[in-house]
Amino acid sequence: MLFALAIAALVLVPVAVTFSSFAQVEGDILAHLTEFVLPELVGNTLWLVLGVGLGVSVLGVSLAWLTAMCEFPGRRLFGWALLLPLALPAYVTAFVAIGLLDFTGPLLTWLREGWGITGLPEIRSRGGVILVMSLALYPYVYLIAKNAFATQGAIALEAAQSLGLSRTQGFFRVALPMARPWIAAGLMLALMETLADFGTMAIFNYDTFTTAIYKAWYSLFSLAAAAQLASILILFVLVAVVFEQRSRTRMRYSTVGRSAGSRRIKLSPLLAGLAFAYAAAVLAIAFLIPVTQLALWTRDVIADDLDARYWAFAWHSVLLAGIGALMVVAAALLLAYAGRQRPGQAMVWTQRLATLGYAFPGAVLAVGLFIPVAALDNWLIDIGHAWFGFDGTEILKGTLLVMLLAYLVRFLAVGFGPIDSGLHRITRNVDEAARNLGTSAAGLLTRVHLPMLRASLLTAATLAFVDIMKEMPITLMTRPFGWDTLAVRVFEMTSEGEWERAALPSLAIVIAGIIPIILLTWRGARSLD
Amino acid sequence: MAELILDSVSQSYAQRQIIADLTFTLPEGAIGCLLGPSGCGKTTALRCISGFEPIQSGEIRIGGEVVSRPGWMLPAEKRRVGMVFQDYALFPHLTVADNVGFGLRGKAAAEKQARIDELLELVGLAGHAGQFPHQLSGGQQQRVALARALAPRPRLILMDEPFSNLDVELRERLSLEVRDILKREATTALIVTHDQHEAFSMADWVGVMHEGRIQQWDTPYNLYHEPANRFVADFVGQGALLTGEVINDHQVEIELGVLNGHMPVECDASGCEKCVRNCRVDVLLRPDDIIHDDDSLLLAEVENKAFRGAEFLYTLKLPSGQRALSLVPSHHNHAIGEKIGIKLAVDHVVAFRRE
Repeated sequence: MLFALAIAALVLVPVAVTFSSFAQVEGDILAHLTEFVLPELVGNTLWLVLGVGLGVSVLGVSLAWLTAMCEFPGRRLFGWALLLPLALPAYVTAFVAIGLLDFTGPLLTWLREGWGITGLPEIRSRGGVILVMSLALYPYVYLIAKNAFATQGAIALEAAQSLGLSRTQGFFRVALPMARPWIAAGLMLALMETLADFGTMAIFNYDTFTTAIYKAWYSLFSLAAAAQLASILILFVLVAVVFEQRSRTRMRYSTVGRSAGSRRIKLSPLLAGLAFAYAAAVLAIAFLIPVTQLALWTRDVIADDLDARYWAFAWHSVLLAGIGALMVVAAALLLAYAGRQRPGQAMVWTQRLATLGYAFPGAVLAVGLFIPVAALDNWLIDIGHAWFGFDGTEILKGTLLVMLLAYLVRFLAVGFGPIDSGLHRITRNVDEAARNLGTSAAGLLTRVHLPMLRASLLTAATLAFVDIMKEMPITLMTRPFGWDTLAVRVFEMTSEGEWERAALPSLAIVIAGIIPIILLTWRGARSLD
Repeated sequence: MAELILDSVSQSYAQRQIIADLTFTLPEGAIGCLLGPSGCGKTTALRCISGFEPIQSGEIRIGGEVVSRPGWMLPAEKRRVGMVFQDYALFPHLTVADNVGFGLRGKAAAEKQARIDELLELVGLAGHAGQFPHQLSGGQQQRVALARALAPRPRLILMDEPFSNLDVELRERLSLEVRDILKREATTALIVTHDQHEAFSMADWVGVMHEGRIQQWDTPYNLYHEPANRFVADFVGQGALLTGEVINDHQVEIELGVLNGHMPVECDASGCEKCVRNCRVDVLLRPDDIIHDDDSLLLAEVENKAFRGAEFLYTLKLPSGQRALSLVPSHHNHAIGEKIGIKLAVDHVVAFRRE
């Protein structure tokens, strides 16, 4: 219980710190912020949320309905392949899109010189950001909505038809409203990612709160301004959190008929062809083309770039992701266990709070955790100075502490989900059976719980590992000197417009990112057996 | 194997009394059963015996050793009490053989293997040692759970609603099989169930529980034929209560005639004086106490009937309007509304005083 509270407190620290930053106002900077920066940031953020929300909803729901409820060529393949864009961090899709579609890029050059076509919309625009983010994040909606349709769509549709509705009416009046809580939950996850995104916004030069926090930190050297911006971003995030939690409580699993199975809608040849073309186009634009382009660029630069420095980036990425994943799994296991030892409403709330970090943008966590650690550091230095004659300027600041804490807060939920549900599957009777057979508490853990949780622990570790590998803002803002990772390398190359040279580290991240998707679809397929 | 004694055990949770003054003795090697509707406290009683719930008063003894008293209990893992759970609680990551061998740690490998083989043989699963629980049927899982509980030779086996997850046919067959297995291992066993057929087919001793108390601890035969109070009479078996009047210490008169038997009447209200003469009682008539006889002058109207295969269970309306049940061989097929002849065939009288 104590541990659970400690983790929950760790989540609250950044919130408290960022809001308390208003206590020490730096007048001129704040004036500058409110007059010039804030209106643009709020406007940009609102447009982004609106556009991406619409984009992921339309893409996610339509593709989910097609693959879950309709029969057309390639349906099974698309069923899992449409998840693949999850492996592509939005910032990778972003720089590939710019590299391809820029005015000087190959496509537009070809259209202009070969066909005389000009006046096409500029990719580096609000529309471009929204398009890229929608393509990168629609799988959140797609995955959840597909599950909802597959488990209850067929029954709902048949019931609607028996009451005299056509299929189209049935979809809009029954299946879609029924799936609304699921769709909303997926949508909110996508929007949280949108608000948290830093890399894409930096590449597109589209100013939002995350990029502004970064600039306040590095260009204005104002921690206070960064914290104030972070606190406003938290307000946006909290709105999304409230909506997400509300829709989650409304997601009641009523699995009547297991899967749609043979009751899928047979599409006419024309419609089936259109469905195929649509799904194939989304898959191509969101995944196949970017990955192909990455591979081509990589081929061009690999001879020069694959040197010792590159292996150092990769090693740092793997090392940090490994340590982070271990911390996440250990903390998630303790947290889940606390819930088993002391069930109750208070524990449920504590757990919910402790796992809320997934909603906080990395830039916010970086600021919110750096400030208190720096304060603690100064205090320790003073003590060390007075008592032990210590004369350094850093104890904790130059270490991995802030970064690892931020990883833990942000990705705890990723590890907690599978471990907690795995633990819930071990009934109390299993514990008591082991006790009756003469097993001590320690034996219960090693002989029963850990073996039964093995798959869950592995899933949790993999998901956390890959998420940390893809992570950009926390790593960028809090890494100690010399700890550059693959993601940092991508940021540095893209900020100089060297798309080709960002390809190699990106490809490594993408390959790592495909692992959890395979895991996810494999487990999903098994659970349907 | 050991004798189980509960001596006025009470347990309450959040100011609510769950079991009160529970007292019974289950002799060594016998199979006992706590029978009662859901919420009567029978599962809590089981958890007190297995060592997962503390008790607030009284004492639990297994084989003469005190295992629970107020403020202290021997940890579950040290009690040597085996438990078969309602959902079996098999370990999904272990094979059948490893499940059965789970409680045999610290034994020599050969000895352990021999015991596993012996038990799998006993429960008829010798060919399934290498399979995992999810590959087995419900009945097979249930037998693995029993073998696992029996393996460490516990002093006592507890079974919580052991057959409730199985379908009816399998339930009857398996309950006889399990009784056979328990008897062959000569294990003392206590079963908890709400199904009286299960209780009657398995147990040597049955305790009927209601509102946390044992109403009667007796053999199945006595529970049916000599219920101690109205609750037991009503809960165990079918029957109807007819008003009657005591004539003397061995006779009572009801609408259908005078019954001879053991008198005076036992009372279910405590502190009631034994009534000897002229006091009004309710007499319990089981369906087999009323026989159909076409020659009888006593007539009753068929109000309802349920076909049971070999017999009909008729609900009869007597001339006074009171209702009684009668079990009649099924070739006597009478229509509803018809008047049929009946006569009494009562071995011993069970009567409760009217308040």
